[in-house]
This record gives sequence, C-alpha cells and structure tokens, in this order.
Amino acid sequence: MLLYIMQRLMQSIGVLLAVSVAVFLAVYAVGNPVDLLISPEATQAERQQMIARLGLDQPVWSQYLTFLWNALHGDLGTSFVHGQPALSLIVSRMPATFELVVCALLLASLIGIPIGLWVGLNDGSFGSRAVMTGSILGYSIPSFWKGMVLILVLAVWLNWLPASGRGETVPVLGIPLSFLTLDGLRHLTMPVINLAIPNIALMIRLTAAGASEAVHQDYVKFARAKGVRNQRIVRRHILRNILIPIVTVLGVEFGSLIAFSTITETVFAWPGMGKLLITSIYQLDRPVVVAYVLLVTFIFVMVNLLVDFTYAALDPRVKLTERMS
Amino acid sequence: MTGQDKTIPVLEIRGLQTVFHDAQGAWPAINGLDLTLHKGEVLGLVGESGSGKSVAGFSVLGLIDPPGEITNGEVLFNGRDLRKLDEESLRQLRGASLSMIFQDPLTTLNPVLTIGEQMVEAIAEHTRGATPDLRRRCAEGLARVGITSPAERLDQYPHELSGGMRQRVVIAIAMLNRPDLIIADEPTTALDVTIQGQIIAEMQELQRESGAALIWITHDLGVVAELADRIAVMYAGDIVETGSTDDVLDRPRHPYTRGLLNSVPGDTAAGEPLRQIEGSAPPLSRRPAGCPFSPRCDRASDMCLDQPPPPEADANGRVWRCYHPLPEEEAA
Repeated sequence: MLLYIMQRLMQSIGVLLAVSVAVFLAVYAVGNPVDLLISPEATQAERQQMIARLGLDQPVWSQYLTFLWNALHGDLGTSFVHGQPALSLIVSRMPATFELVVCALLLASLIGIPIGLWVGLNDGSFGSRAVMTGSILGYSIPSFWKGMVLILVLAVWLNWLPASGRGETVPVLGIPLSFLTLDGLRHLTMPVINLAIPNIALMIRLTAAGASEAVHQDYVKFARAKGVRNQRIVRRHILRNILIPIVTVLGVEFGSLIAFSTITETVFAWPGMGKLLITSIYQLDRPVVVAYVLLVTFIFVMVNLLVDFTYAALDPRVKLTERMS
Repeated sequence: MTGQDKTIPVLEIRGLQTVFHDAQGAWPAINGLDLTLHKGEVLGLVGESGSGKSVAGFSVLGLIDPPGEITNGEVLFNGRDLRKLDEESLRQLRGASLSMIFQDPLTTLNPVLTIGEQMVEAIAEHTRGATPDLRRRCAEGLARVGITSPAERLDQYPHELSGGMRQRVVIAIAMLNRPDLIIADEPTTALDVTIQGQIIAEMQELQRESGAALIWITHDLGVVAELADRIAVMYAGDIVETGSTDDVLDRPRHPYTRGLLNSVPGDTAAGEPLRQIEGSAPPLSRRPAGCPFSPRCDRASDMCLDQPPPPEADANGRVWRCYHPLPEEEAA
C-alpha cells in the first residue's frame, strides 16, 4: 500500500513537470507583462532595470530553468503585481473557494442522490421523466447567466440576499469561514446554489441511471426473494453498488470546481482563487498563473488518489496494487 | 400419495395466467397453469427455453415486474391464496416459508456485501427484535451445504468464492429459515458437470432431511430423472403432461414429451446426426389458437388447430393435454 502511494506520488511529479512546461510556454505566448507593469512615463533605463529585475531579459528556457530551480526550493515565484510570493497569495484565497465548492457538492449530493434514486426506481413514470428532462436544463444553462438571474431576482427584486462578497467570516484554526455566521451564510447561499445546480442535475442523472440498472439485477431480485424489506434493498443493495460511479464523478467535479469556479466567483465577486486567476491573467501576472495551474494540478492528482482509496473501500473487488515493472 | 391427498397441498396453482405487456397488447407467458405439490414432494418442471417455466416460478413468489403481470388464477400456498395477500404479508412469506434458488450464482449474490451480511439479513428480516447468535446460525447453514471453514466464509465477498461455492451459499440462504417450499430455477445450469452432480446430491439430501417440497425447474431431463418424484412438462406457457417420473419418462403420452426424450443426445449413436424437434417454440406474440404444439406435431389434425385440448387424466394421476395422445402400450 505504501509502495502504491509512493508510486502515485512519483507519477504526479511527472504530471506536474509536464504541466509546468506547457503552462510556462502558454503564459509566455500570451503577451509581455512589461507593457502593463511599467508606467509609460518611465525612462528607457528604468525600463531595462525593471525587465532585468523580473528576469524577463533571459531567454524562455533560461527563465523556465530558474523557475524550476526555485520551485524545487519551494518558491513558485513572486507576483509581479502584488510583490508577494505567488503561492501564499493563492493559498490565502483557497479557503473561500474550498468553502464554496464543498458546500456546493454537499448540496448537490444531498438533493441529487435521493431524487436520482426516486427517479431510477420509478423509471418510466411521468414524474421521473419530467425530472430527467428538467435536469438537462440544469446543466445546460450557462452559469454566468444563471448567476445574473439569481442576483436579479434574489438580490435586486426581492432584496433577500446580498449580491456580492463573502460577508462576515469566523476563523477556525486560523482559516476564515463564512458559513458559521448568519451574514456569511447569506453571502454564501447564492454562489453555492449557482455552483450546485448543474451538479444536482448531474447527480440526479447519474444516480437514476445507476438505480434503474441495478434494480433489474439478479442480486436485487434475490434479495426480494429472501424477503428483504424494500427500504433495505434500496439502502444496502442498490445504493452501495451505484455509489462507486457517484464517488468518482464527485471527485472529478471537486477538482474541476476548485479549478473552474472562476465564473461563479467573478459574477458574485467571491474573493476566491478563481477570481484571483482571472485578475492575474488580465494583468499578465505570470508567476501567479503558473503557480495557480500547478497547484490545481496537484489538487487534481490528490483528489484522484483519494477517489481510488474510496473505490477500494466501497468495492471489495478493487484492490490497489502497485504496478510491477 | 393417497394418504397425502386428504391434507392440504403445500402448493396448488389453479388457472394461473401471467402476461407480458408491450405496445401491441398483452401476451400470456403462462396460460391457465394448474399444478399441485404435496409436502416433501419433488417436482421436475421441464421445458425448452421460453416455455415459461421460470416465469411460473417467479409468479408463485409474486416477483413478476412490469411489463409482466399476473392476471388470473389462484396460487394457494398451504391453503392461503398468495395473490390475495398484500405486499408486506407476501414479503414475510418470501425467504421464510417460501424460498427460491436462482440460476446464475455469479449474479445472484450482491458483489459488494459480505456473505455474512447477505445471510444474516435473510434471518433478521423475518424476526422481530435482536436475534442472538445470528452468525452461528449462518455458519451452521453454510456447513450444512458442505462449505468448509464456514465462520471465515461469512467475512468473505462473493468474488472470493468459486461458482459452485456461491451456489452452495445461495442454497444455504434459501434453506436458512426451513421453508416449506423451495423453487429452484435451473440451479445447476451455470455450473460444470462435476459440481452439478455434487450440488444435486446435496440438494437431494437437504430436501429429504427438511421435508420441504421442491420444484426443480430445468431443461435437463437427466437431472429430473435422478431427482424428481413427479414431472410436469411445459410448452408455450402451459403444462402439457404431468405424471410420476417413471411414467412420463418411460411411457410419454404427449407427442412433445416424446420429442423431448428423443432429443436427449445420449440416445443417438455416434456419428448419427442429433435428433431434434422440428421448428421452434412460438414466440409470445404468435401462439397458435389451438394446441400450441400443433405446428410442430406430426400427429396434428384440424381439431388441434381449432381448440386447445382439454386435460385428460388416467387412474395413475397422469394428466395430458392432447387430442391424439400416444397409445399407452408404446413404451420408449
């Protein structure tokens, strides 16, 4: 098992290296940050000095190697704009994004899985077909539009919820969290709903597909022939089996929501990582963009590792074994 | 036989009809089935694929899912009509006094639950309150079907056991609550021949020991010859001939039974083509109006095409549905 984890971590280093090359080149191609960073009134000498200080006078491969060398020493570069280490800048925004994503996925599971079960077990009924059709809307409406409609209705017209910001936070173990204060909760509600809607739809469809297939399996019929109560058949026999794909998708969704909650964070001015990324891209703040992508890659790898462990815990047929070469 | 006739049969099916719905209408898979089974009796229910024998088994347990539906008839189990019971009363009977063994042991057990959990729930769902020594009872159940180190098996998952072992587990589960009636739906078809023999022998012993009545659904006449007291031959949703195993196998009255017996490969000399019944069983939607076997029967007359033949019986309790039965003298 330990060997398995080691192997996975080694693989993730390879992935990180490949991603770092790609993102470094991409950021290099986007544009020259100097034009944005230096005021037009600066003299040529000041300009040269600035370029040299940021290391932008070096050729790209040399810049990359310097970056790599520093990265190995735990330094992912310093933000051009903020003058702070890029990593700590991102990490300081992480709790806000994590809180948003965890709440959204929790909401999606709590609503989506029970509804999906009901739909799957009542396959073909009018209600289940209506839910299935409605769920298509749930993930095809673009999230920026959904966000704006939410703001329009709940904040502007009804004036129930605040439209932007994080509200009052309470530090827990040094991490500021919104959901513990009433004001924070009010701020959290709309972005969470916005982020959760497509995932509720996804959970419904996934659970329904699994349940409607599982219900016709021999083991379900045999459980019925044993006289097992319906409630227990659904809870132990069916749910246990369909949880495996659900957990996988939840893992993938967790990763991509962390990485791409950008739109929701922008619409609701939620001070998370995604909003930082967008601002940094506009300002051509290369170190922040590179560090962001690498961190998100790392989170993805870790989440997948976690999903694999959950897999093995849920399905006794799955054994995590290291590859023999 | 005569002594038992006065007691209530374990199972008495009268005029059972189970249909399957599709866009075109309702098609009977079981059409007016009659069947009686006494305590401790073993009945071999024989027929080709699609003859409705499995549907008959599931109909008794009330486990017919849409688009299927039981539309007619009575299923008297120890004198109570199962079709009149509500779902909860039926559930209490299933797995307790009325149990079933499925065909494919690889799919019957839930892959993600331990053998122990799947056995324990079979008892726990039929008892009120906390039951002590559930595990011990389950381990004993496994030991009875010849599984070694049963206590350790309880913590294993189905995929850790071979097919034969899994079918033993399924049989053990079916026997756990000492049922009055066991319906075994081709329980050895998915197993290889040596395991098949062992399981049949074990099943026979368990059945004698417990005194349960047993319906053994199969297409294998060899298996029934070993096991059954009586045989019922099914064709296109109805029983075409019943009688004692010896009578039916040695002196068939229905042309279809004879056709089945002739098709047993063991009777054909080496090098000869295997014999078979010409044609194939009609699909649900294209059952003939008269005798369902008439299109494939060499004895069929105009009468056979018109009206399905009524049951006829002889003094030995043999029943057949045929206008032109084979003469009694014609022994195989």
